[in-house]
Amino acid sequence: MKTKLAYLLLLALLLVAPFLVYPVFLMKLLCFALFASAFNLILGYGGLLSFGHAAFFGGAGYFTGHALKVWGLPTELGILAGALGAALMGLAIGQLAIRRHGIYFAMITLAMAQMAYFLFVTSSFTGGENGLQGIPRGTALGLFDLQNNLTLYYFVLAICALGIGLIARTVRSPFGQVLAAIRDNENRARSLGYDIERYKLLAFVLSAGLAGLAGATKTVVFQLASLTDVHWHMSGEVVLMTLLGGLGTLAGPAVGAGVIVTLQNYLASGPLSAWVPVVLGVIFVICVLAFRRGIVGELRALIRNSF
Amino acid sequence: MTETGDFILQTQGLTKEFKGFTAVNGVDLRIRRHTIHALIGPNGAGKTTVFNLLTKFLTPTRGTIAFNGRDITPAKPAEIARMGVVRSFQISAVFPHMTARENVRVALLRKLGTSFHFWRGERALAPLNDRADELLAMVGLERFREAVVADLPYGRKRALELATTLALDPELMLLDEPTQGMGREDVELVTQLIRKVSANRTILMVEHNLGVVSTLCDTITVLQRGAVLTEGTYAEVSADPRVKEAYMGRAA
Ligand SMILES: Nc1ncnc2c1ncn2[C@@H]1O[C@H](COP(=O)(O)OP(=O)(O)OP(=O)(O)O)[C@@H](O)[C@H]1O
Ligand SMILES: [Mg+2]
Repeated sequence: MKTKLAYLLLLALLLVAPFLVYPVFLMKLLCFALFASAFNLILGYGGLLSFGHAAFFGGAGYFTGHALKVWGLPTELGILAGALGAALMGLAIGQLAIRRHGIYFAMITLAMAQMAYFLFVTSSFTGGENGLQGIPRGTALGLFDLQNNLTLYYFVLAICALGIGLIARTVRSPFGQVLAAIRDNENRARSLGYDIERYKLLAFVLSAGLAGLAGATKTVVFQLASLTDVHWHMSGEVVLMTLLGGLGTLAGPAVGAGVIVTLQNYLASGPLSAWVPVVLGVIFVICVLAFRRGIVGELRALIRNSF
Repeated sequence: MTETGDFILQTQGLTKEFKGFTAVNGVDLRIRRHTIHALIGPNGAGKTTVFNLLTKFLTPTRGTIAFNGRDITPAKPAEIARMGVVRSFQISAVFPHMTARENVRVALLRKLGTSFHFWRGERALAPLNDRADELLAMVGLERFREAVVADLPYGRKRALELATTLALDPELMLLDEPTQGMGREDVELVTQLIRKVSANRTILMVEHNLGVVSTLCDTITVLQRGAVLTEGTYAEVSADPRVKEAYMGRAA
């Protein structure tokens, strides 16, 4: 009951938000909220630290950019193509990495993402250093002109809500239960007859595909696909967002993404603009040292302990 | 022909070497169908290692394993579990962040065939609740269904592990010290439970509590320094001076 009310409140807030805050900024927030939530699916619920998620996020941006600009696909299909492309990348990278644990898994994902970065830099369809610019936003369902920021906002909101909704459902699904079991005790799950690698791989592909959905949507918003989004900085940033917000909580990554993106925006225009990485680094250190469960995790613990 | 009919599991020359140290040395085990078979021996004798070899959590250096007459030496752990050989672990193996019911449900889920369905809601799990609760009741955990397992006392966790193992309805159950760390009452409970579930099933168990072994087990294999010292009924084995010596040697 209470949660239903909270959801309705959140929905109302999201619906009126573009009248209060600059919609493009809100759309950026939404895309990163989805990106971090997708990342959380593999780290928080799968127990696997991927250090290469920028490849999916940024890669999807290129795919979508190409599909919209060169192939002239409708916007929805272009975004879908980006997400699918990212899922396929996830399948390829996952196959190689999934048998490894801990730091080795992180290293392989990082190495593969660096290779993807190299490919994106050198291949011609990405526009190299310049990136893909002037990507057309097109229309939604062939009816609503997405050049209008307000219209685009609701379009983006719908995509991100669907994406995060799917993640929430996945976590509670039968598959999510198996995933939770694997994260809790891999050997026991194996002794119950589960081929744990296949479950981890599916989780990884889902995570990659949804990270791609976020990147593809962001590309439509900014009409741009660039190297920033495939750079390893981006892989690090999403780790930070997820940890800051609360690992393995549904709302945590979105909250973390909100905090980081907002900070970046404010700092970038102020006197501290050159210090953004330092500020983020300090936040990260404080988060790791003082509140390890992240914002949402700590709040939840607080509520649980005071009742 | 009756060979494989009588014995559900047979090993030949099962050997495991760890960097020059032989933990299991040429073990020939024959587990008779529908019996309770104990594997005993002093600490470090190699009992858990044998379990790990049988379930392929470790790869044998040499030797073969046959289940129902079929060579399963190259199979993977999950495959072996799916064939009907399910193990428990010496250190209780549960899913600590899930509830007791969820633990058992995860075991039941695989046969339902929906374990890859990520798009289905919680409702897809509901059909398993009754069976899960039944299994929980069987091990005296009906009051703890919704409890997060990390918060349960050790004895309850072991009971839960047993319920989870039973959920798979294994043909051959491997129990590694199911009563370890339990109080007298719980030991009694688990002993009765094992007897109850042994109907139509074969059980191979590692057990230090000789009281439990003597009441439950039909055959006992004594392992010492990785090799089989002797095998027989409880009366036979306990009368063997070499067995006493093996255990005394541990104390000294
Ligand atoms: N992975 C491993 N690497 C190296 N040595 C190992 C390994 N696993 C077990 N051993 C060694 O093999 C021997 C047998 O160990 P095992 O755990 O099988 O004994 P056990 O009979 O189960 O003993 P306990 O009664 O204490 O459970 C021990 O000396 C142990 O140190
Ligand atoms: Mg042992």
